Amino acid sequence: MQPGFFQGGRLNALQIHVDGIGLFGPGMSGWTHACEILTGKATLELAPIQLPPTENLPPAERRRVGVPIKLSMAIGFEAVRNACADPAQLATVFSSSEADCDNIHSILESLASDDREISPTRFHNSVHNAPSGYWSIATGCMEPSTTLCAYDATFAAGLLEATTQALSSGKPCLLLAYDTVFPEPLYSLRPIPYALGVAMVLNPFKTKAAHALLTLNMSSSSATTLSDNGLEELRIRIPAARSLPLLNLLADGTSGLVVIEYLDSINLSIGVQL
Amino acid sequence: MQGLLLTSFTATSSIGTGCKTTLAALRSQCSGIARKHWESVNFETCIGEVEGLDSFAIRDDLAVFDCRNNRLAQLGLEQDGFTHAVRNAIKRFGKERIGVFLGTSTSGIHSTEIAFRNRETISGKLPVDYDYRHTHNSYSIADFVRRYFDLIGPAYAVSTACSSSAKVFGSAQRMLASGLIDAAIVGGVDSLCLTTMYGFNSLQLVSTNPCKPFDVHRDGISLGEAAAFVLVENTANAVSGDIIMTGIGESSDAHHMSSPHPDGLGARIAMQSALQVAGLRATDINYINLHGTATQSNDAAEDKGVTAIFGTKTPCSSTKGHTGHTLGAAGAVEAIICALALQNDFAPGGVGTKIIDPSLTCRYLLSNIDQPMHHALSNSFGFGGSNCSLVFSKVVA
Repeated sequence: MQPGFFQGGRLNALQIHVDGIGLFGPGMSGWTHACEILTGKATLELAPIQLPPTENLPPAERRRVGVPIKLSMAIGFEAVRNACADPAQLATVFSSSEADCDNIHSILESLASDDREISPTRFHNSVHNAPSGYWSIATGCMEPSTTLCAYDATFAAGLLEATTQALSSGKPCLLLAYDTVFPEPLYSLRPIPYALGVAMVLNPFKTKAAHALLTLNMSSSSATTLSDNGLEELRIRIPAARSLPLLNLLADGTSGLVVIEYLDSINLSIGVQL
Repeated sequence: MQGLLLTSFTATSSIGTGCKTTLAALRSQCSGIARKHWESVNFETCIGEVEGLDSFAIRDDLAVFDCRNNRLAQLGLEQDGFTHAVRNAIKRFGKERIGVFLGTSTSGIHSTEIAFRNRETISGKLPVDYDYRHTHNSYSIADFVRRYFDLIGPAYAVSTACSSSAKVFGSAQRMLASGLIDAAIVGGVDSLCLTTMYGFNSLQLVSTNPCKPFDVHRDGISLGEAAAFVLVENTANAVSGDIIMTGIGESSDAHHMSSPHPDGLGARIAMQSALQVAGLRATDINYINLHGTATQSNDAAEDKGVTAIFGTKTPCSSTKGHTGHTLGAAGAVEAIICALALQNDFAPGGVGTKIIDPSLTCRYLLSNIDQPMHHALSNSFGFGGSNCSLVFSKVVA
């Protein structure tokens, strides 16, 4: 039997180690900073996301990239560093509710105008997997990479895919779950207020880098909520922030059980063992 | 790797609604690509359109999902006894034990393209009947199919451009191996829209004629649309003649957003690992369904990758001359074409290609060949350097 798979009655659980975390969101610049907010040592000051300069991309490429690419680079490199992992060796799972919202808005405006010319760069950056493409170029990684969309289930869907990828291959996998903001008029129909992204290096084997062991199960229990009103608001309004109850336990350094929202009829329970 | 049994499958594209007409088109080497004006596109183009979608009625209880992409999905689902096979799987496994993993590149974005043309003049608001979540969002296709069958298992859309609906086989395989599900609906749906028509045009990748993969005069793609679905489960119940996915290989080019690695390096890694996972040698493969988009650089890079592994004797063709490039649906359409080729013991020849480019060295078929078929490999490569190769095998007694 492969690591992490065990039979527990009809529903089976999956186990995976978290080696490193990256997090950028409104008022949360990096995992260390976010930990202070998640543990109540600092207050969440809501402000649009501040991202570090994009690493490892040639200047010409750097100028062309929008928020999803900058955000996924920021969280990805932070998680990889925290895990002391080599990004060129990691399979990746990107998960996001939408591709580049600003870019798609601009394409849709062009297509509705008299001059329907779209720039080639805008078009190839419009694919949902553009961040995955730029990440592989920046890191020289030729390992498998997939990109998912599950509407509000950005995080749970990505976690399931990345965990099963890591367990099947017997190798660590990098999960990058993020969402960004539409301008109007689509904002009214999809009101995600702030960009937020979380990345995790998931390892089927316990190494020195392991922060915690996660045990995943499908669950019909309701999702865990957060006591801090500001953080709870983010959890409800940003799909990738559905991860916050899990990140809360990881920041606290305490073992426990959280339920993360997945799809309308099923949630994902996550046991955290430090 | 634990293989996947293809319990039931169906494909709908410009060459046929369902497998019977698709097989007939392959047998007679017919193309579904025609020169026409589509929607409000202000240039004439050659496309593989599925007829009848404009007047197709989506199921009443799923009306919120109404858009070209989900209409095509429903039309596709209702062929070849596929819905019966899924309902049978629900009885056997339970509706919480069946996953839905579907590929799409543009989902129902055409509904938003129309809505943007009809914004309120002063407020700029979109029309009140426009529904972003159930049409444009990429998850819409997985949500639609999940609700169509009232399933409550895991689901998501995979959107890795033109490899999307090949990669879903990997997602399903891993989910089955992990024990989370007992069966899955995989496949892909992509439909014509302005974004891809004007987008590929801006990259100067669209041919003014029906596409000619691997031809010396090839000059770009013809866009198409398709819905393809496969019900997969583990191989415990496989019998002689059944088709099994025995191998999958995935890789990233790490090279460029819209051009392949010139030596087909990423493609090579994907093909090589698919063979390795299947436990097969290159000489065991009886037919390769190429990605074969008919652009200069894609076909040249793929040819290098293919011949590096398979040499110059393995029969190959691209079926994009039949269907057009169906983008996020292409992987699943071509997986089904491989399954039909295996079941019917023939390797389909390409359509549209007249003079094979002498600088390309793989054995490109211009006509069908009847031969015993045991194993077929299908390539799907996408923007962002996303590569996926699948191996399908026929069960022998």
